[in-house]
Amino acid sequence: MSYDESLFPEKMPHNPERATLEGKNKFMGLWFFLGGETVLFASLFGTYLALKDSVHTGPSSDELFGLPLVFLMTVMLLTSSLTSVYAMYHMRNNDFKKMQLWLGITGLLGIGFLVCEVYEFAHYITDYGFTFRSSSFGSAFYTLVGFHGGHVTFGIIWLITLMLRNAKRGLNLYNAPKFNTFSLYWHFIDVIWVFVFTVVYLMGKVG
Amino acid sequence: MTDNVESSHVDAFEKERSKDEMKRQVISFALMIVFTLASFGLVASGKFSSMFVIPVILIMALVQVAFQFYYFMHMKDKDHEMPSTLIYGGVWCAALTFTGLAVITWW
Amino acid sequence: MSTATTQKRSFGAAVWDYLTTVDHKKIGHLYLAGGAMFFLLGGLEALIIRIQLMFPNSDFITAGLFNEMLTMHGTTMIFLAAMPIVLGLMNAAMPLQIGARDVAFPFLNALGFWLFLFGGLLLNLSWFLGGAPDAGWTSYASLALYSPGHGVDFYVAGLQIAGAGTLMGGINFFATIVTMRAPGMTYMRMPLFTWATFITSVLILFAFPALTINLFLLMFDRMFDAAFFNVDLGGNTIIWQHLFWIFGHPEVYILILPLFGLFSDIFATFSKKRLFGYTAMVFATMLIAFLGFMVWAHHMFTVGLGPVANSIFAVATMAIAVPTGIKIFNWLATMWGGSITINTAMLWSLGFIPSFTIGGMTGVMLGSSVADYQYHDTYFVVGHFHYVIVGGTVFGIFAALHYWWPKMFGRILREGLGKITFVLFFIGFHLTFFVQHFLGLMGMPRRINTFLPGQSLDTGNLISTIGAFFMTAGVLVFVYNIIVSARDEQAPADPWDGRTLEWAISSPPPYYNFEQLPLVRGLDPLWIEKREGNGKMLPGEPLDDVHMPNGSILPFLMSFGFFVAGLGFIYQTDNKLWFLALYGGMAFALGCMVVRSLKDDHGYYIKKEELQKALDREAK
Repeated sequence: MSYDESLFPEKMPHNPERATLEGKNKFMGLWFFLGGETVLFASLFGTYLALKDSVHTGPSSDELFGLPLVFLMTVMLLTSSLTSVYAMYHMRNNDFKKMQLWLGITGLLGIGFLVCEVYEFAHYITDYGFTFRSSSFGSAFYTLVGFHGGHVTFGIIWLITLMLRNAKRGLNLYNAPKFNTFSLYWHFIDVIWVFVFTVVYLMGKVG
Repeated sequence: MTDNVESSHVDAFEKERSKDEMKRQVISFALMIVFTLASFGLVASGKFSSMFVIPVILIMALVQVAFQFYYFMHMKDKDHEMPSTLIYGGVWCAALTFTGLAVITWW
Repeated sequence: MSTATTQKRSFGAAVWDYLTTVDHKKIGHLYLAGGAMFFLLGGLEALIIRIQLMFPNSDFITAGLFNEMLTMHGTTMIFLAAMPIVLGLMNAAMPLQIGARDVAFPFLNALGFWLFLFGGLLLNLSWFLGGAPDAGWTSYASLALYSPGHGVDFYVAGLQIAGAGTLMGGINFFATIVTMRAPGMTYMRMPLFTWATFITSVLILFAFPALTINLFLLMFDRMFDAAFFNVDLGGNTIIWQHLFWIFGHPEVYILILPLFGLFSDIFATFSKKRLFGYTAMVFATMLIAFLGFMVWAHHMFTVGLGPVANSIFAVATMAIAVPTGIKIFNWLATMWGGSITINTAMLWSLGFIPSFTIGGMTGVMLGSSVADYQYHDTYFVVGHFHYVIVGGTVFGIFAALHYWWPKMFGRILREGLGKITFVLFFIGFHLTFFVQHFLGLMGMPRRINTFLPGQSLDTGNLISTIGAFFMTAGVLVFVYNIIVSARDEQAPADPWDGRTLEWAISSPPPYYNFEQLPLVRGLDPLWIEKREGNGKMLPGEPLDDVHMPNGSILPFLMSFGFFVAGLGFIYQTDNKLWFLALYGGMAFALGCMVVRSLKDDHGYYIKKEELQKALDREAK
């Protein structure tokens, strides 16, 4: 059985992302990784909760956070999660062009999210002097939200690399698992964001 | 080696099932937006005590996350037993970590 | 690319082979070699500690150097010796036990190894670059924050890099066991070592992220003036302790569970009897792992968490004794009525039973939060954890090495020398650590660089040091054994009349492990074929081309990049030019990642004709 025959079959199976051993391995590998990421972020959330009231001489969460921007960011990330579901739907229907389109929209929404987040951080630093070093609250906030932002950034770089690399190749059993792995990762960072906006911003404004 | 850039034949039954699945995904999305709006609204209104709001928004977050896992990430589908186990295991360890740090650090 | 027969090749070719290998068997060799090297280093550090403590008021080394010794002894032994050797054993044996040709992610496997090696190298460079870390292997935040010099920075960077490697190993083993078991091998037909690998991988997955974050927090505080642990700005040093032990407690189960699995395989094999209570053993392992996450604050009883928190953790700690006890009894029951062979592997296993039990018993004593106020930070604790780690993990490693040496290297370690090693090490171990329980009860604190005469501590410390010399002698005999047996005759495929799949293939196996993946008909699959078949495994798939992964230099290069970045992180506080190393190293590593992603690597195929020839050769 030659390599070509196994990866470019006449008829694409309905779940191309798990049709090969490599696909199954990537699938298990990523879910396993996400389990670990859960504990990673829990450590950051725990640290944040322990330190969020240590404001030193700086502003508190209530004074600092603006809910409208956070709501916009949430809608953008949540929508990008939906658009990646659309992308996977088209992938399973073997529609490469539509998959690329929806992945592109996902990426744009992700970039939009990041732009808002950078603006938000800049605003805190310039207008409030609220920095990574100004208090324990600051260290904890920027580390938690920053780690999440770092994960989003990594995801976008990953997405761009995937899309560019496979633009001329079309869909096959070699790259389908890669797109699916990305998509699962992307959903997960939305999961983390749900907790970020709840625990950091909403709980921060409730006081 | 043919480049697979055009849409080709996929089982009609699978296509139909995907469409149903997609509908459920969109409904999940709509519900998630509703939950998000509710959480933000609850806090922004400022009318409720934190003793009530905090547990409620946490529960709403958990429900939203359940939708994300089960629908968007297909955890409800066949062959996801191992991923489910791992995520629940991770969530359990995460909860322990989170609670430990949040509760017994300053007391 | 090697063939089934040995071929003469240049030293350079052999080095390149190991630098670029993604073969789990070779990576197993690498882990063992790296781990062994660090074990000797950690042992030297222990010897220096013991010599310093041989007599009261000794000034063999300065107090500052002593702190560095004890820190590095602990850190090296746990992270750079025990863990890598265990990972090496899992790499060497698990894929063979499940009838697989390699692990799920061979490239990641190699990357995990090189990250460990460069992380360990980075950590130990500190000896030559201004001083090793000196805040203990636990590096508590208050002391670690203000430790002068760069020692603790090396700790942070070195462990962060090495830890990433371990995490990758865990993900790999888990995925392999889930997707790549041979036909007929259900979960409940896996050998206990494989089960232990599986469960340990889950422990690694959930424990290491807490350490990762903790190290980031310390790094941010020390290198970038953050305020996590800085009390003046509102920080709290207890956070470090929580995160450290949320990692640290599961970590010790990571160290022991694989060896528990190994002992199950060894007792069954050398009693010629099926493991007693297989299902109970599997569930006991899961229970130990599960409970292991719920007891971390038993390392913090004296911190001031209060009686409610202390009680909860005390009870949970004692609960772990139950599944552990089940295991001990089941091992004994496995031997009962069996046809027992006493060889070196079995001696180490038999030595483990009472030694680990004593360690476990003192663990339950320590688990009583009330009593712990007396034991905490004394030599009682040092005695306890050495009993479980040395009596458990180290004894297990010696047993594993004797058991699997033929499979890994094609030679059998000499029995005579093996028995000498065992006797010397066993005597030394008990001399050193048994007496330490009493030193602790008599009030000797841990981590002190010297003690005064006339406090009843003299004799105990002297005996403890003499034991260290015995252990050193035992280890040296073992090293000699390895060297001298290297030129003995080729080992047979199945020197021990084994029960599990790894004994069905040659010693060492061909690079593709199995010509055809075997058909597994039940627990102890090879034994079933010996009893009910013709002694050989039946094929579980038709003979076909076999897909193999290509080697790659990228894991080595990537790890080097992170190593350079680590140095950059450490020294950027001194001189801004080091940012070049920081960003350069990271860019290089990321560049390697990009190259890996962009360049297709589909591996290669072994043609079925070559496999047929190998099968025909075996049949003759």
